[in-house]
Amino acid sequence: MALHQNLTLIHLIAMNKKFVLGIYDDEDVLLEAIENVRAAGTKIYDVFSPYPVHGIDDVLGIKRSRLPIVAFFCGLFGTSFALWMQIWMLGFDWPMIIGGKPHIAIPAFIPVTFELTVLCAAFGMVITFFIVQRLRPSLKVNVFDKRSTDDKFVMAIEVKEGVTDMNALNSLLRSNGAIEVNEKEVIK
Amino acid sequence: MQHVSPIREPLVTGGKTYHDITEDVCRQVEAKPNIRWAAALAVALVGLAIFIYSVYRTLWYGIGEWGLNKTVGWAWDITNFVWWVGIGHAGTLISAILLLFRQKWRTSINRAAEAMTIFAVICAAMFPVLHMGRPWLAYWVLPLPNTFGSLWVNFNSPLLWDVFAISTYFSVSLVFWYIGLIPDFATIRDRATGPIARRAYSVLSMGWTGSAKAWSRYETVSLILAGLATPLVLSVHTIVSMDFATSVIPGWHTTIFPPYFVAGAIFSGFAMVLTLMIITRKVFHLEDYITLEHVESMNKVIILTGSIVGIAYTTEFFIAWYSGVEYEQYAFINRAFGPYWWAYWSMMTCNVITPQLFWVRKIRRSLTATFIISIFVNIGMWFERFVIIVTSLHRDYLPSSWAMFSPTIIDIGVYVGTIGLFFTLFLLFCKFFPVINMAEVKAILKSSSGVKHHHTSHAKSMHGTAPESNTNTPHSNE
Repeated sequence: MALHQNLTLIHLIAMNKKFVLGIYDDEDVLLEAIENVRAAGTKIYDVFSPYPVHGIDDVLGIKRSRLPIVAFFCGLFGTSFALWMQIWMLGFDWPMIIGGKPHIAIPAFIPVTFELTVLCAAFGMVITFFIVQRLRPSLKVNVFDKRSTDDKFVMAIEVKEGVTDMNALNSLLRSNGAIEVNEKEVIK
Repeated sequence: MQHVSPIREPLVTGGKTYHDITEDVCRQVEAKPNIRWAAALAVALVGLAIFIYSVYRTLWYGIGEWGLNKTVGWAWDITNFVWWVGIGHAGTLISAILLLFRQKWRTSINRAAEAMTIFAVICAAMFPVLHMGRPWLAYWVLPLPNTFGSLWVNFNSPLLWDVFAISTYFSVSLVFWYIGLIPDFATIRDRATGPIARRAYSVLSMGWTGSAKAWSRYETVSLILAGLATPLVLSVHTIVSMDFATSVIPGWHTTIFPPYFVAGAIFSGFAMVLTLMIITRKVFHLEDYITLEHVESMNKVIILTGSIVGIAYTTEFFIAWYSGVEYEQYAFINRAFGPYWWAYWSMMTCNVITPQLFWVRKIRRSLTATFIISIFVNIGMWFERFVIIVTSLHRDYLPSSWAMFSPTIIDIGVYVGTIGLFFTLFLLFCKFFPVINMAEVKAILKSSSGVKHHHTSHAKSMHGTAPESNTNTPHSNE
């Protein structure tokens, strides 16, 4: 691994963080390892995987996302905006008789209202997702181990200088099925 | 965790590992273009050139270049519009509705099917815009403040509903597709060797790292988007059908149209997915991911929707007679036995009879037969729209205004041209984007590959281990 070379290169910079990476190659081993590592009192910084591992939210204690609530309120905004727009435009701003229908023909307004509801809910939720997850086009990407987007599961544990017992951590990860244990420093 | 029936076939064959999936899918993105792909692109570009020339003629000389006349004001243009939109619907059905139904077989085809949706909607949008005659004024369909007094658009018109439906459908499908692509772009980014590829895929992958929290939110977003896209796709073709159903033309003014159009859309869309997938899997050697099981599942959807369409044709005819309305009765007799009888019977043969062959398991699982039938369905569904539009218009209430429609070379050029446009976009997608959703296929691999993975000693890993009889022997008849 080229990790150790990186490590010496960036060692001089003061504001950096050090991580221990446990590499796993099976989702079920990973899930059990997460449980055991947490039970041993070690705080897991994050876990990286090539695909969504089912059940990982429970063992890592990740709370359910509130994005559906965002979607609901954005959708509600879309509904109200569409209804207001159509009623105001055709009912008040420039009333016209079209096909003998009333100015405010609610049944005819349903399709546009529905479409704008879906549009606002979808875009509101996705934009919020991009913001909270800090997803944006960028050339710099901090991936701990590039294999985590291919076929490996990476458990990252932050090392606190003088507090973390490296040997104990190493053996804890290995005894729970890690195929490799690496160190990595990240400039913050 | 979940039960997988021992008789269920594996969805990924060939004993693949996670890394094999990455390799197999990234290969054509990273390798130099292969000769078959380049040849196909050359043909598609000829189609695109035809499109550009036909659009130039349409814009420069006006829509008089088309074969429309005072009686038949909608013909190939709107036929093509509805045909393309319908094709697009299968992509959303596969990615959204099958996600809600937790159908795992969708994972290896959803990416390409969604791409198909987006490109098909682009092709579809060309027709109403060109039909406006002055497309540079296309923004007049939007409710914008304007200088004509404050004259607003007519929200009572189904044509305006279409504007909102198609644009919402396009943008939501695009977002759904892109969200799914982000993790796969990250995979390509982390493998990229060249500086251009690394930068391009870095930007496209939006800094994705695959952390547990990110995946948790990603899954929530996918699920909600699927939940939104499901009624959306149904609404889009419902609204397209209302372009006809809300008018008082005999043969159009029927309440059966929305469900009938939606079923037809899914029917034609699955046919197009099959046409594309059978070629794609062969060209890019993806036989282990798009298996006969996938083809068979899609063929079952074709039987179902094809039968719904068949029942709709019969019901329409029955109701025309039962209504006692002279004009309605004439419209249908004229469809089947009038001057456009050949279009009607082509539609009946391609849409009602050919898909019934899929009741035979052997035909359902034959790639050649499936490919041929899928082409028949594509043709049949084009004729369906042609029959509905042209035969209803060409002989209306006043016999003095009866007329026939025949397409000009420009009509044909625009239509063939959009096929060129579609395949140009699809081939570029195949080359630069991962055609299979790697992350999702990896997620089902352990339960659906039919291979026992090492670590089965753990109690939790027992979900979905297949019996010994299911070990992967390559399918001999592929």
